[in-house]
Parts: sequence; structure tokens; C-alpha cells
Amino acid sequence: MSSTAATSNKRIIASAGPEAAPPTPVTTASNGMDSEDDFMSAVSSGDDIQDDSDNDDMSGADDDFDFDDEPDPDLGIHKDIMQRKKVAYDISFKVYEPADIQKQQDVLIDEVNMILDISKEEAAILLRYFRWNKERLIEDYMDKPRQVLEAAGLAQVSASPPKLEVIPGFMCDICCEDEEGLQTFAIKCGHRYCADCYRHYLSQKIKEEGEAARIQCPADGCNLIIDARSLDLLVTPELRTRYHELLNRTYVEDKDQLKWCPAPDCQNAIECQVKKKDLDKVVPTVSCLCSHRFCFGCILNDHQPAPCELVKRWLKKCADDSETANWISANTKECPKCNSTIEKNGGCNHMTCRKCKHEFCWMCMGLWSEHGTSWYNCNRFEEKSGTEARDAQAKSRVSLERYLHYYNRYANHEQSARLDKDIYHKTEKKMVQLQRDSKMSWIEVQYLNSASQALQTCRQTLMWTYAFAFYLARNNQTEMFEDNQKDLEMAVESLSEMFEKPVAELQDPKLKVEIMDKTSYCNKRRVILLDDTAQNLAEGKGDRNLLALAL
Amino acid sequence: MSAQFATKRLGKELEKIHNSLPPGIELVSAENFEEWQLDIRVLDNNPLYMNQTYRLKFRFGSSYPIEPPEVVFVKLPDRAIPMHPHIYSNGIICVDLLAAQGWSPVQNVESVCMSLQSMLTGNTKNERPPGDEEFVRANRLRPRDIDFYYDDNTV
Ligand SMILES: [Zn+2]
Ligand SMILES: [Zn+2]
Ligand SMILES: [Zn+2]
Ligand SMILES: [Zn+2]
Ligand SMILES: [Zn+2]
Ligand SMILES: [Zn+2]
Repeated sequence: MSSTAATSNKRIIASAGPEAAPPTPVTTASNGMDSEDDFMSAVSSGDDIQDDSDNDDMSGADDDFDFDDEPDPDLGIHKDIMQRKKVAYDISFKVYEPADIQKQQDVLIDEVNMILDISKEEAAILLRYFRWNKERLIEDYMDKPRQVLEAAGLAQVSASPPKLEVIPGFMCDICCEDEEGLQTFAIKCGHRYCADCYRHYLSQKIKEEGEAARIQCPADGCNLIIDARSLDLLVTPELRTRYHELLNRTYVEDKDQLKWCPAPDCQNAIECQVKKKDLDKVVPTVSCLCSHRFCFGCILNDHQPAPCELVKRWLKKCADDSETANWISANTKECPKCNSTIEKNGGCNHMTCRKCKHEFCWMCMGLWSEHGTSWYNCNRFEEKSGTEARDAQAKSRVSLERYLHYYNRYANHEQSARLDKDIYHKTEKKMVQLQRDSKMSWIEVQYLNSASQALQTCRQTLMWTYAFAFYLARNNQTEMFEDNQKDLEMAVESLSEMFEKPVAELQDPKLKVEIMDKTSYCNKRRVILLDDTAQNLAEGKGDRNLLALAL
Repeated sequence: MSAQFATKRLGKELEKIHNSLPPGIELVSAENFEEWQLDIRVLDNNPLYMNQTYRLKFRFGSSYPIEPPEVVFVKLPDRAIPMHPHIYSNGIICVDLLAAQGWSPVQNVESVCMSLQSMLTGNTKNERPPGDEEFVRANRLRPRDIDFYYDDNTV
């Protein structure tokens, strides 16, 4: 059987062609201290504590967006007490910018280049072949250099650099061109083709197939790899850039503990040590320098406190049930009193009908006056009685109602987060104006930025607490979870309401302090909820596990 | 890439094909540089393919031969789809050679025919690929857009 013949198939997977384009690395300045990991290590390293005193002259509410919003410890307290216990949901990670990623590769290439006495191009090809496992590469190479070079597509090592040549009487086996003066090219194996065909070939591999690290000689059965130097000689700068991007990608993609930030136009990669098998116990939320927060496990937007598997199930359920659930997420409802159409235009659930001034709750349509202190009634779904459940039809209706209850609240927070953001953008514009007209400085209006970010993050968390609650087992842990959820929800709704005030009122120093305090409180409630839930997930076994019922 | 690129190369190939083709391979039609048809036969007396002729259809893109051609077996009143663990009953062929990663631009129509011919000659299994029925029912993609996962090189 000839070597070019068939190979067997196991599975068939339909795909629409080459995978989606990767982020384009562009070098940007690095300030490296933004990740929580760097922060954590700076705090815990002990000898290098940052001066905390600059926090103490403020109310502590202005910029407590991060998790570090516990009351500042007294001055003079022991350093090892300041070294706070790491909160349970916090995981460590590092953000790398394109230049960092390049540098890591260069360092490895230089090391291999020196230790093994091979060129940098060859070191790079070998490292990629060994998926950047330097130790294994060196070990294997020391042991059997010839086999290693051959396997990696570097069979014959020669010193002369690649160049374009004109060969008299040459005919290209790819395009059948044979005119005089034809530029030709070959890598070390000597399989020679015209430069045009080589360029076509490389462009096909790079552009259409997204290939870079393992582009082989075009000759049939020749597995010699085309190195970066040969490539640079042949292709356009544009293609060359793409090629190096793809090479960078293989570095990140070859390493399990590295992942690209999925934000559009972001070129950073994140390093995190969380293992796949632990994803039922931890939710590895990471945040990029670009401020995008996402789950390292599944690359979706931050979904704390819900574990990846739950998120997957929930999203699938929502997609399956989307038709039934669609009406819920609609932006308009009728006023329960006068039936005029009301559009929700802010994130708060406290609705006031413009026509009849009726005040009601957007979620349950109940009277707002009954809600003030008992938001409680609106966040918990009361299980229907057993007699009703006996009837199969009723059962399915109850289960649909149950799902809709949680979906409603999930979708509501998703939508409210969007609306809060819209309001912030409007407010931001007005604040700029006010800054110009009044004496307020840029720094003085930043509390609105902090409030907006807190609303976004907290709603994101609340949204997932409802998906989480849908799968929640009823046990003695449940109540704590629901209480935490209720506390956070109340805090968020009241901050959202303050936030919606007209700009003129926002200038009021009293309201400003209130907003700052509420912002801080929201962040604190969120930390408590995430911490309690994460601890339970990490420790919970059997019926003590919050999710014992469903997953 | 200009269509001329493929045309020039296919013109050369056609010239050579008109002169001579290996035994068991015959040109049926080549009216343009987009689609050609060829017949192949297995030369030994492998009982699976004895006295049978199979029709192959080649389709060329403008990037041929940088890109592989699309090659399928065609079912006609007097042409069946050969039985083979890498040939689906709708004529789609699962071979490394015809996929981007296995293709080399120095391959040509003749060499593809010879490889397929030899793939049949060497086969003893009277069976379709696993999952054939489901694949044939569900597949709406062109062969070039399907990702086959190759798991052995033994056939
Ligand atoms: Zn050529
Ligand atoms: Zn070669
Ligand atoms: Zn990013
Ligand atoms: Zn996840
Ligand atoms: Zn009304
Ligand atoms: Zn309500």
C-alpha cells in the first residue's frame, strides 16, 4: 500500500473551515501590577508591603471595586494579620501581554539554542514540536539527536542560509512554468519550486489553514519544516505578521495553563493553574488588563458562583426553552393599574407609572409599598404542594413555572446590568459637562464610575445566583445561600435606584456619600456571597453539597 | 489566486493524460478546467471489485494544485460506489491524501487515481466506514469542508 493512501476515520465532525481568527498581538506598554495575583503576592510577600495609609484618609468607599473592601486594619497591627486569609473563591492568575508572550518564547529558544548548539530557528521548531516542554526536549535530544531532528522535521542540518535562485533549464513541478530567469526556492531537502508557487503555497497554509508551526515542504512525503527565516524571505510583510501571530498562538494553545483573553481586540493571555478536574469545586474567574472578566475554565463571561457544568446546563436549558421564556425578557410591560405600556429604562425594579403614578415591582408586578423591607418575597420561589405535584400535568406546569421564576430573575439582572450601563454612559457625559461648569474635579466624579462597576459586577453575580438556585438542593445550606442572595439583591437595587437620580441631584454631597457607602456595601455583600458559596462547593460532600440534587 | 494558475497546470496535465494513462485508468470527460470525470478499475482479481468499473469526479478550485481537488465516486446505472471502509455510500472518500494536511501540490489527477486504485486493490474488508448511514443522511457539507479525524495509517 502506498504511503499516500488512505488513513482510517473514527469520527466525522463537520466544520465550516479554518478556525476563527485569533487576536492580533500588538506590543503595548506593560504595567504588570494590575492582576489580582500580583496584588496577592505583593501583599503576602511580607517584606514588600505597600503603604496602606493612603486608604485611610478616604471613606474607603471610593474605589473598593476589588475584593479588598474589608475594613482597613488598624495601623500598627501585625503584618501577618494584614496578610488576609485568601477568600475561598479567589484564585491566582497572571496576565501576559503580547510582548511578554514573545519574551517567554525567546527566553526558551535562547536557552535551547545555547545548550544544544543549534540555530535559533531550529531551536524554535524543536520547542514547538515538544509543545514547549524544554526539559523533555533536551533530554530526548541528548539521548537521540538524529531521531529528534527527524521527527521534528529538521532532518538535514546545513549551515547555508536559504536564498532565492535562478536555475537554468528549470521547470516548476507545481505550476509547470519553465520560462528563463524564473526565481526558485528550496529548503534544505532540495525540493525546488518557483518562488511564486512557494508564495501561493505558504499563503494558503497561513491564511486559509491557519497553519504556522508545522508547514512542511510542498513535496509529496517530505516532512521537512519550513523555518521562520525561509518564510520571511518569501512572503509579504502582512503574511509574515500573521505567521508570527500564529506561532505565538501555538505557544499559548500548547500550554494548558495559558489561555487567550476572549475579549474582541484583546491580545493578552492569562495564566492560571486551576485543573480541569477541579472545575466542579472552583469557578476560576480571571480578569484581564483590558478589564474583561471571564471564566478560565470555559472562557465564558464571569459566572461566579455557578460552576462551569451548571452554566453549560443552564444555558442549554435556556436555549431549549427560549420560546416559552422569550416573552419574559421583553422590555415592556403594562402598568397593573392603568394598563398603559411601561418601558423599563433603568436597572431598578421600582417602577413608577408615568401616567397614574402607580408604584410597583417590575419583577412580580406587586405593589412597591409592600416591598420596601420585604424584598424577600420576590426572590424566593415557593415550592408547590405535593398534592398538586401528583397530577402529571400540574407537575409539568409547576416545573415550568419554577424554571420561569428563576429564568425571569436571571434575565432581569442581565437586562438591568445593560440598562445600568446605558444610564452610566449618559451620566458620564453630563458629569463631563458639570465638571466643566462647576468646580468638581475628575477625581471627584469617579465615585459614579465605581458605583457603575459595582452594579455591573454584582448583577452579573446575581444573575448566576438564580441559575445556581434553580439547581439548588433543599437542605440546611440553602437558607444561607438565599439569605446572601437576598442581601446582595437588596443592596444592588437600592444602589441602582440612587444611581438613576437626575444629574442635578447627583451633585448633592449627601447623595454622593450615600452612593459611595452603598457601593462599598454591595461589593462587600458580593464577596460574602461568593466566599460562602465557594467554601461550600469546595468542602461540600453528599447531601451537604448545595448542588447535591441536580448535578 | 488567478484562475489562470490552475488552468495552466491542468492544461499540462491534460496534455499528458491524452498521451498516456496507466492501465485501469481512463479519462471520461474533461470539457473545462473545473470538472473532470475518470473511470478506474482494479487490475488484480480482488473479489470485492472484480469486473467492476468506478466513476470518479474531480472538481478543481482556482487554487489548484496548491489546494487539493475535490474527488468523489459517482453513482450511475452502470457504476456503483465501491465497498471500502473509507468510502461512504454517497461516494465521499475519507483519505488523508485529499485533505489539506495530506495533500502535496506536486500530486496530480493521475497520481490521485493511482492512489485510489491501489487503495481498493489492497482492501479486503467488505464494509462501509462506521457511522456511514448517519453520515450519509445528515451530511450537507461539501467534502472539502468536512473534518475527518484520522486515527490510523494501517490501511
Ligand atoms: Zn511554480
Ligand atoms: Zn522537501
Ligand atoms: Zn483582555
Ligand atoms: Zn466556566
Ligand atoms: Zn399606570
Ligand atoms: Zn416584586
